[in-house]
Amino acid sequence: MYNPRLAWMLVAPALLLLVFFLLLPIAVMAVYTFFTFITAGVEASTLTLANWHEFLTDGYYHGFLLKTIRVGALTAAICGVLGYFPAYFIWATTFKHKWLLLLLLIVPFWISFTIRTFSWIHILGEQGVINVTLLKLGLINAPLQMLYTEGAVIMGLLHFLLPYMILNVYVSLESIDRTLISAARSMGCTSAQAFREVTLPLSLPGLAAGLLLCFVLAAGSYVTPQLLGSGRDALFGNLIYDTIMGQLNWPMGATLSIVLFVILGFFAAIYTRYMGMSQIVKGLGG
Amino acid sequence: MTARRGNTEGRLAWRMTGIITLCVYIFLFAPIVATVVLSFNDSMFGGFPMTGFSFRWYAKLWENEQVLAAFQTSLWIALVTATVTTAIGLVTAFALVRFEFAGKELLSTLVILPALVPETILGVGLLVAIKAVDQPRTLPLLVLGHILLALPYVVLIVQARMVGIRRIYDEAALSLGATRLQSFREITLPLLIPAVVAGALLAFTISFDNTSASLFWRPAGVETMPTQILSMLKISISPEINALGTVMILVTVGIPLVGGIVLQSLSRMKRRDQQRET
Repeated sequence: MYNPRLAWMLVAPALLLLVFFLLLPIAVMAVYTFFTFITAGVEASTLTLANWHEFLTDGYYHGFLLKTIRVGALTAAICGVLGYFPAYFIWATTFKHKWLLLLLLIVPFWISFTIRTFSWIHILGEQGVINVTLLKLGLINAPLQMLYTEGAVIMGLLHFLLPYMILNVYVSLESIDRTLISAARSMGCTSAQAFREVTLPLSLPGLAAGLLLCFVLAAGSYVTPQLLGSGRDALFGNLIYDTIMGQLNWPMGATLSIVLFVILGFFAAIYTRYMGMSQIVKGLGG
Repeated sequence: MTARRGNTEGRLAWRMTGIITLCVYIFLFAPIVATVVLSFNDSMFGGFPMTGFSFRWYAKLWENEQVLAAFQTSLWIALVTATVTTAIGLVTAFALVRFEFAGKELLSTLVILPALVPETILGVGLLVAIKAVDQPRTLPLLVLGHILLALPYVVLIVQARMVGIRRIYDEAALSLGATRLQSFREITLPLLIPAVVAGALLAFTISFDNTSASLFWRPAGVETMPTQILSMLKISISPEINALGTVMILVTVGIPLVGGIVLQSLSRMKRRDQQRET
């Protein structure tokens, strides 16, 4: 009745799409890293190690890579700390309209990412809320330079990633059997102890999934540094975009993409090695 | 429920949690509120302070043909993406939940990959691949790319719902002589409707919002809404962009909200009908 051949027919469209738009492109990209760059937009299929050599020896690229990993890790860490509280609050509150708090976390997903990002210009910019208020109060004489800094980029990334983190932690808190906490309390734990010994450890899978997701998405971002950062705050995604769309150096662009892919894949592999995929699936499917 | 009450230390911690939660929500919505408020600003500049209340930026937006064209493009792409992704996602999730076949585990991991691989990488990959076979960037290609990006979410949502539907219903229909297609159409699909609608709405917004990958994939001269906003932002942040942002927020928040409300009242109506029948 559940014929495997029928199953293959059902998954065929998705499979074809994944093969031709995901797997093959990445494979072709990997081959492209060995192509020879001649001039903007032109390359020869003569195989060479020049791109890899350039990437491995040029400090310019290493700087970008380290900065991207640092910004990604910092963003993920701040997301973890700031995101845990709302997740815990929503889980533990006796507020009747809990669904409203959850809905408010989903609403940002519906609002265009570009709009959410440029909105920060109204907060941090020279004509933004903070500067205009401080100037009016006479606390500062000249507008503070907050926009087009690394801080602004991290702020924008936090804004984009916090809902992911909160929902991930919430999903894992929701799966905790609440009688465990009552049990701990009735055995004489203080609420702080019960939290530390029971709730926190049991919610760690969600936190870890959230951290991975935030790190990967932050390290792969393109729009946020573009809109909120200066040229110095560009991340690896911007470097890739400029190499391909600006310099039209396709082999180098492919090399950089593969590097980012391998590094993020490495972190994801470490994660799945210890945690498995199921938590990520739960977090994404919300 | 006693976990957080009962001592002053706990109460203090709970209050702090509440305050941080409030701050996070303010953090999430303050910039968006600022954009909406500024879209009604009479001033020539896109920032604070407010100098007066005016609808003129909306009027100006209505005459901006580039913006209208981009809006139309995005709308069509999003509609096609939502329809096709929902169809593909539905049958894929059905196969992944109900069937056993070799490579099933691998496929279910593969299908979430587009959500985990950064769009920049997906963008470059597809571009390099079509360059390798000497194909131009076309609109169908962009749409297929969007379908790829939305697929994981639709599959996950439908899968989650399908797991909760017992196989027995399906099997009962089959043993009573229904064909596979009939039992799917009459039994499984109606039970899946909420997930299908939710998946379609999400696919629509994913496509409508997509920025990074679209920058790589769009054919020369074609602007989608987000890429149009990006290119407008390159000049300066004008009040017109604020108005545009506000319209977009209304559309993309309004559609799922209205969809959700309609769905809820539909199921309520159905329940009432059933009660009347019994």
